[in-house]
Amino acid sequence: MFEMLGISSQALFGQLLIGLINGSFYALLSLGLAVIFGMLNIINFTHGAQYMLGAFAAFFLLEYAGLGYWWALILAPLLVGITGVIIERLFLQWLYKLDHLYGLLLTFGLALIIEGTFRNYFGSSGLPYSMPAELVGGQNLGFMFLPNYRAWVVVFSLAVCLATWFVIERTKLGAYLRAATENPTLVRAFGINVPRMITLTYGFGVALAALAGVMAAPIYNVSPQMGSNLIIVVFAVVVIGGMGSIMGAIVTGFGLGLIEGLTKVFFPEASNTVIFIVMAIVLLIRPAGLFGRAT
Amino acid sequence: MKRLLGLAALAIVLGCAPAQAQYTDGIIKIGVMNDMSGTYKDLSGQGSVVAARMAVEDFGAAAKGMKVEIVGADHQNKPDVGSNVVRTWIDTDKVDVIVDVPTSSVALAVNEIVRDKNKVFLVSGAAASDLTGEKCSPNTIHWTYDTWALANGTGQAIVKTGGDTWFFITANYAFGLALERDTAAVVVKNGGKVLGQVRHPFPATDFSSFLLQAQASKAKVIGLANAGADTINSIKQAAEFGIVKGGQNLAGLLVFLTDVKSLGLPVAQGLIFTEAWYWDQNDVNREFAKKFSAQNNGVYPSMVHAGVYSAVTHYLKAVEALKSDGDGKAVVAKMKEMPTDDILFGKGTVRADGRKIHPMYLFEVKKPAESKGPWDLYKLRATIPANEAFRPLSEGGCPLVKS
Repeated sequence: MFEMLGISSQALFGQLLIGLINGSFYALLSLGLAVIFGMLNIINFTHGAQYMLGAFAAFFLLEYAGLGYWWALILAPLLVGITGVIIERLFLQWLYKLDHLYGLLLTFGLALIIEGTFRNYFGSSGLPYSMPAELVGGQNLGFMFLPNYRAWVVVFSLAVCLATWFVIERTKLGAYLRAATENPTLVRAFGINVPRMITLTYGFGVALAALAGVMAAPIYNVSPQMGSNLIIVVFAVVVIGGMGSIMGAIVTGFGLGLIEGLTKVFFPEASNTVIFIVMAIVLLIRPAGLFGRAT
Repeated sequence: MKRLLGLAALAIVLGCAPAQAQYTDGIIKIGVMNDMSGTYKDLSGQGSVVAARMAVEDFGAAAKGMKVEIVGADHQNKPDVGSNVVRTWIDTDKVDVIVDVPTSSVALAVNEIVRDKNKVFLVSGAAASDLTGEKCSPNTIHWTYDTWALANGTGQAIVKTGGDTWFFITANYAFGLALERDTAAVVVKNGGKVLGQVRHPFPATDFSSFLLQAQASKAKVIGLANAGADTINSIKQAAEFGIVKGGQNLAGLLVFLTDVKSLGLPVAQGLIFTEAWYWDQNDVNREFAKKFSAQNNGVYPSMVHAGVYSAVTHYLKAVEALKSDGDGKAVVAKMKEMPTDDILFGKGTVRADGRKIHPMYLFEVKKPAESKGPWDLYKLRATIPANEAFRPLSEGGCPLVKS
């Protein structure tokens, strides 16, 4: 037993680091969800499909326009973000006054349509996307081999998360946004175009999902169902963090990545259930989530 | 989260000969059930319906006065969904034969239902060798491949070339466990050693934890006892973690044409695995593939599709000889009695335990420079003759053999 622990303590650091990397995907995706829920009160079930669209956009840019990973990192979120703006203008703006359920059903339906369409045209096996040449290879850290690409993913997504948090919680623009969700009429009275702000916020949340998609393309299978595999976990992350809490989404994203990483060492069979066990416990003790405010 | 939206049904009635009394309700009804929306969609899916239809056309059922109808459904890789579909098919839709059914957990459930209802079950997509072992049934024929054949082909080839220590990354359900068990047995039998294994949930996206454990085991060979997107993700991420550069080798224990296509040759090159059929082996196969892909969004046939074609062809021959499709056991007995012969698999036999016997092939993925077209992906490494390709009859533990 001790011998076993001796071996695994070496591997433990490796697994924790891996958990952190997966956590950065959770954080990035749940951040987008939290922004959209916090500002629009919409439970965006299309998020998984939009993550998938980001990865596919990266593939299309490379295949048809010859633009590589770094361009995709900028252009794919922009393009998918624009589709988000269109969805908001066409459908979502009519739902804000209604029950959450309507938004949920609409976005869920959209997700099914988008994924179904892509499955029809591109099959389910997925498309190849190779890693940017600059990030091939890795570092030997002694306790594990860390691929350069994974290191980049952690650093970059952490930076994006913190920047988003900073903009929403610490700047004037963020203050307008938060005020607009509390009392849109009053904010409009100050001469601020609230509907446009809301539209752009949705576009931004969607762009975050697409960004995660681009980052996933070189390491995960780019296929139409890649989002639906992840979206349930990400929803659990948002619920645990507290619906609509920006910092909650970031911290729980990374935290649950770590917990999942540990489960993969000690009891791998349960690694896709552990997050839901945590969710059940958190909801029992703090129904509003770890960082949520009880209403 | 997907929902069974009725049956994704595609029904083709061939010919309009008057109904003949000896076939139940006058129609031979073939139910193709597989994954039409998830990870195994491309290797089975709608393509299997196309393959079944081609088999019916090539057989000339209409000219022979046989009325054949094909229906398709999605089992979503869930045993409960698959069981419901099959029950409805048999009880209310009068389906006579269930074909394909990838995902071993679903196939094992269907195996029991078809035996209870005395219909016919022709397995092409599923892999678990239990279907002709302890779970064998007088109503089931396992057509294309199984975990034992994959393990035997790939395992033996790799152990013989020096890969004698193994670590398994296994999908945690019936198929993965069967594949791991059968491969481990082959490795040990040939003088190799199994150092450990890790079981991942099905389906999974991130394999880095599991790959790290495999790396730490220092095994020479990492056996991937999974399929579809799980295998693709494993191989993609293994490249990233420098597993192959570090001196360890990957063994894809179940790899399909569509998986290799998705990985792309730069990542997949050099991968060795066993399959039952490849489109570029001879002129007949090439012609079939061309005709097939024209009806299947340009996607070339996998061995599962070819198996469906072959199985349906033999089924129709048996039904024609019996002039009846009502008694499932009698049809399967006839199929075992008659030697098989079709354009894709050539001459073969069906064994008492329900195992279809034909050669298997050890393939290697081509280097990008060697490939001459978008589907030119494999080169042949070795042919495993029919009498060595499958588990010996005496070792399966099938009750049908003892009696």
